[in-house]
Amino acid sequence: MQAQISHQRPTTWKRPPVIFTHTLWRWAIYTGALIYLVLAVQTIDIDWQRVWLGLDRGWKFVEGFLTPDFTTRWRDIREGLTESLTMTVTSTVAGILISVPIGIGAARNLAPMPVYLACRGIITLSRSFQEIIIAILLVAMFGFGPFAGFLTLAFTSIGFLSKLLAEDIEECDPSQIEAIRATGAGWWQVVNYAIQPQVMPRLVGLSLYRLDINFRESAVIGIVGAGGIGATLNTAIDRYEYDSAGAILIIIIAIVLVVEYSSSYVRRWVQ
Amino acid sequence: MLKLDKLSKTYATGDTALRQVTFEVTAGQVVGLIGPSGAGKSTLIRCINRLVEPSEGTITLGDTNLARLKGRALRRARRRIGMIFQEYALVERLTVMENVLSGRLGYVPAWRSFLRRYSPEDVSQAFSLLEKVGLSDYFNKRADALSGGQRQRVGIARALEQNPELLLVDEPTASLDPKTSRQIMRLIGSACRERNLPAIINIHDVMLAQQFTDRIIGLRAGEVVFDGSPRALTDQVLTRIFGDEDWTRMRGEEPDSEQTRTPTVDLAEGV
Repeated sequence: MQAQISHQRPTTWKRPPVIFTHTLWRWAIYTGALIYLVLAVQTIDIDWQRVWLGLDRGWKFVEGFLTPDFTTRWRDIREGLTESLTMTVTSTVAGILISVPIGIGAARNLAPMPVYLACRGIITLSRSFQEIIIAILLVAMFGFGPFAGFLTLAFTSIGFLSKLLAEDIEECDPSQIEAIRATGAGWWQVVNYAIQPQVMPRLVGLSLYRLDINFRESAVIGIVGAGGIGATLNTAIDRYEYDSAGAILIIIIAIVLVVEYSSSYVRRWVQ
Repeated sequence: MLKLDKLSKTYATGDTALRQVTFEVTAGQVVGLIGPSGAGKSTLIRCINRLVEPSEGTITLGDTNLARLKGRALRRARRRIGMIFQEYALVERLTVMENVLSGRLGYVPAWRSFLRRYSPEDVSQAFSLLEKVGLSDYFNKRADALSGGQRQRVGIARALEQNPELLLVDEPTASLDPKTSRQIMRLIGSACRERNLPAIINIHDVMLAQQFTDRIIGLRAGEVVFDGSPRALTDQVLTRIFGDEDWTRMRGEEPDSEQTRTPTVDLAEGV
């Protein structure tokens, strides 16, 4: 009986390929990719002599990083840090305040079509450019310093937070929304009673994540003149003070770590 | 009193969910709506409180035609109709008390509901309803901390908190065990008798429907194919509603002639 069954039914099974379902095409594409890789590697032109000369300078940087100097430039570092942290917090708060209404407007299950399109437009605009490009633009408009940085970070936070908030609202459990609507609740009441409880933990999590991103970005946009610790770092590197630069990098890592740990703690608490 | 006249619903996809449904429900009458999946039971009760837009026909509750209401008038009509849902549809992250009080949303202005400042009468009614459904100690628990049966009790309290003139109940026992199902049905039935409240209960369990309702309406492919007392629900009627099946066996009685079944058929039945 058992033998008969194994004769009738196959005993091996392989998951069917998801893409490139045709065997011949699959092999052709794989071989093509391999040939391309080999040719591409051959076009890379490395000047080994320059690598050798550069090693020396690289080693100096590593040395500086291993012996960080917090004291010599401490005033500059402290100033840059305060600026960066101020920029981070204010831009995150401003970003959250503006992106909540935009996020609600960009959720298809809550907003009428014209509002939806307008809010999606704002989000797309904010997301189309990288922070540095916006920072260059705003530095040109508002001059060097942290105000341009604040505007840059607030503007980019809007795109990030509203988009993810809108997507989260659209994924809300529709039966809870239906139940609140069935009681005769108005639009604001539906938002307050059915949507807010469902998206709040995620909104808190996203805001903390954005705080984290904004701090890191504040270091980057400082290089193009938007103030903060990035400007201090840039100056230190320009002066070949790798020990001070190392100190700044270590401080950045430490702050990102602190934000990371505290945000995961807060997220667990709001769940 | 509720009166449906030639109510039809065709979805945008072209599927006809309801065809010319006409019936009346008098005060205090508990109507069981039975029918196979996809017969339009859910669509029918959602047309009544306009969670689904009816295509044609009128729905009269008291003196109001619900089918053509808009905006504020619609919300005022909805608050007169309590609804109990299949998967409870409680707002999971709100407390039991907030869920029950959300039954008052149609009556209170948005700022009051936002600050959770309900009138003393609303609050004391909520406490008395929680006591009635046997959850008086649970008012500060979060809804997602409750078991299925407890959640459905909160759902009942929320619907009754509206002081409704009509109760719509959508598969109240679909995800509950047989004993809890009976307790829930008994609770809904006694609430209706006490308040002389008419109710329409979607239910696919024919035995529960017969046991707990005053009248049965059978729906098949969007049409009323049976309307009468639960006692008149014979095998022929069940076949007319659901199609051919061995109804005697379903009721747990021994069929007259025991058929010998092949094992393969039994396997397929279990799926």
